Amino acid sequence: MTKNNIESKVVLMQGNEAVTRGALDAGVNFFAGYPITPSTEIAEICSTELPRRGGKFIQMEDEIASISAIIGASLAGAKSMTATSGPGFSLMQEGIGFAKMTETPCVVVNVMRGGPSTGLPTKPSQADIMQSRWGNHGDAPAIVLYPNSVLEGYELAIRAVNLSEKYRTCVVLLMDEVLGHMRETVTLPDLEKVKIINRIKPTIPPEWYKHYEDHPKYIHPLASYGEGYRFHVTGLAHDAYGFPTNRADETAIMMERLDKKIKHHLNDLVQIESFYMDDARTAIFAAGISARAAKTAVMMARKSGKKVGLLRPLTIWPFPDDAIRKYMKNVRNIFVPELNQGQLLNEVKRAMGGVWNYESRRSRKIIPIQKNDGQLITPADIINKMKEVK
Amino acid sequence: MQKIPQKIIHTRYLRHRKKFPHVWCPGCSNGIVLGAIMRAVDELKFKRSNTAMVSGIGCSSRMPVYVDFNTLHSLHGRAIAYATGIKMFKPEMDVMVVTGDGDATAIGGNHFIHAARRNIDLTVILINNNIYGMTGGQYSPTTPTGDIATTTPYGNIDPVFDICELAMGAGATFVARTTAYHALEAQSFIKQALEHKGFSLVEIISACPVIYGKLNKKGDAPAMMNAMKKNSISLKAWEKLPEDKLKGKIKRGILRNEDRPEYTDEYAKLVQKVQGGK
Repeated sequence: MTKNNIESKVVLMQGNEAVTRGALDAGVNFFAGYPITPSTEIAEICSTELPRRGGKFIQMEDEIASISAIIGASLAGAKSMTATSGPGFSLMQEGIGFAKMTETPCVVVNVMRGGPSTGLPTKPSQADIMQSRWGNHGDAPAIVLYPNSVLEGYELAIRAVNLSEKYRTCVVLLMDEVLGHMRETVTLPDLEKVKIINRIKPTIPPEWYKHYEDHPKYIHPLASYGEGYRFHVTGLAHDAYGFPTNRADETAIMMERLDKKIKHHLNDLVQIESFYMDDARTAIFAAGISARAAKTAVMMARKSGKKVGLLRPLTIWPFPDDAIRKYMKNVRNIFVPELNQGQLLNEVKRAMGGVWNYESRRSRKIIPIQKNDGQLITPADIINKMKEVK
Repeated sequence: MQKIPQKIIHTRYLRHRKKFPHVWCPGCSNGIVLGAIMRAVDELKFKRSNTAMVSGIGCSSRMPVYVDFNTLHSLHGRAIAYATGIKMFKPEMDVMVVTGDGDATAIGGNHFIHAARRNIDLTVILINNNIYGMTGGQYSPTTPTGDIATTTPYGNIDPVFDICELAMGAGATFVARTTAYHALEAQSFIKQALEHKGFSLVEIISACPVIYGKLNKKGDAPAMMNAMKKNSISLKAWEKLPEDKLKGKIKRGILRNEDRPEYTDEYAKLVQKVQGGK
């Protein structure tokens, strides 16, 4: 981020830049990270911008330390974030589980690259969709957002910080390597009009404070270290005060809250884009960078008179089951282009299970379009597959 | 040393609701260390709300739940990384880390050396019981060579870490070692470590009679305490004794106490420089 464009509204910026700027605009004031391609620009910009804004930046010794430091800082009251890619994301999983278990807000940006292992550090991949959902051990729902343009990277970064503060959990922002390094002209919204959510602070006297109080909406106030509310935080199963417990009744309440605080707020969490879906006979379900190719494919198909539409999740977890069922009920075929071996495909199949009855299912198909060689899916790939199936 | 009524300190710094009896075995040294920490904190008149105690996983790491500070029982080995986040964001807080030999020097070795290198103002109180007690007695980086653990049934072939040397090698600016037998010395070292600006380490050799002691026929808790008394030599005496008398002995004392720029101070200066230059 150069000094010139920081003040202006219409800017040419890279995806990684947009995400960082969004996070900073949402109030992120603590960043701990470890260098990894293709996410490093996020750390670089934070190291430049945070000291200017009075925030804190630290480069840790590894990704495990990075996630640990941002959780510690968040408990001390920071809006904290880290950024990484596949290998680092794997290392962070235990910490992500800890943040979910202890209901500590934080944001992890994962700019996806080809895997497994070191894989293809400079090539795109969408193979961390499942890791972002099931990466940590134990049952805990996830909130994962997935932009498909530079502007949306900015917007969803703000949303990720907001949701983490609101729901007291770790929110993951998935990005495509291509998007992280792609430059687009974006018109940034007026910052005064952007909604910023801050964690609810307790107003009761410290001796009454429960760190995990029962609440009808499953979201409760969060005190910070050093404010007089002396509370205990542990990754062990804990009671309402945060103290370790082995009791089944107390554990059940805790597990139920972790689950329900997501499930009770699906309307707030789930975000989808529907593109020409109203009269569509053929649908494409795609996310991130593949959805951009899909959008072009929809336009191409529409030009030749075919009723094709696109459904795109901006929130990938919780998965938009209801939206898929609603929009896909009357379509004939669903194409699922993605840069992996069927991580979205199986979710679409699961969501559609029981929606199409057996009789009609014979002529209805959910068709994969997959690549995992580090190359992008092109609009032509999608059009050709559609012709094949017809 | 001024005599402080123990009871007052206990009511002042311990949590009471649902916390006791504690999880530690009979004869464990962790309680002695907890007492020493509380007395040191009391001497320094630390404000409870401004003090954080962070731990990882293990026997010693169960300590934060008992004290009425801002407490965090984090992940195995990661206590220092969590504490770094807290200290970095709120440098005005007094942050201490309670950890064990396995937690700090095996799984958490990386965080340990890098925090020492940065010289960030954390006080690490490392209780070294030479074994993984919580999981039932597996060998740690400080289990003496030749000793028995449940994963070294034929004797341990691993050389051991000298934790204080490790910390000094990594750049720690305050390093001290004592034993649980020397409870008042522990209190004094912890106090000085908490006062020290920069990364400080107090290693406290402790007795685990129920697991390590039993596996290695070290006797009961009093016998192990006596052994600590007999096998440790203060720094002053150490320097005068011939080398052959020092073999297998524990060197007690403040091994390093020096000044070096502290990390959060340096960061504050950097912020000032950046903002001043605008």
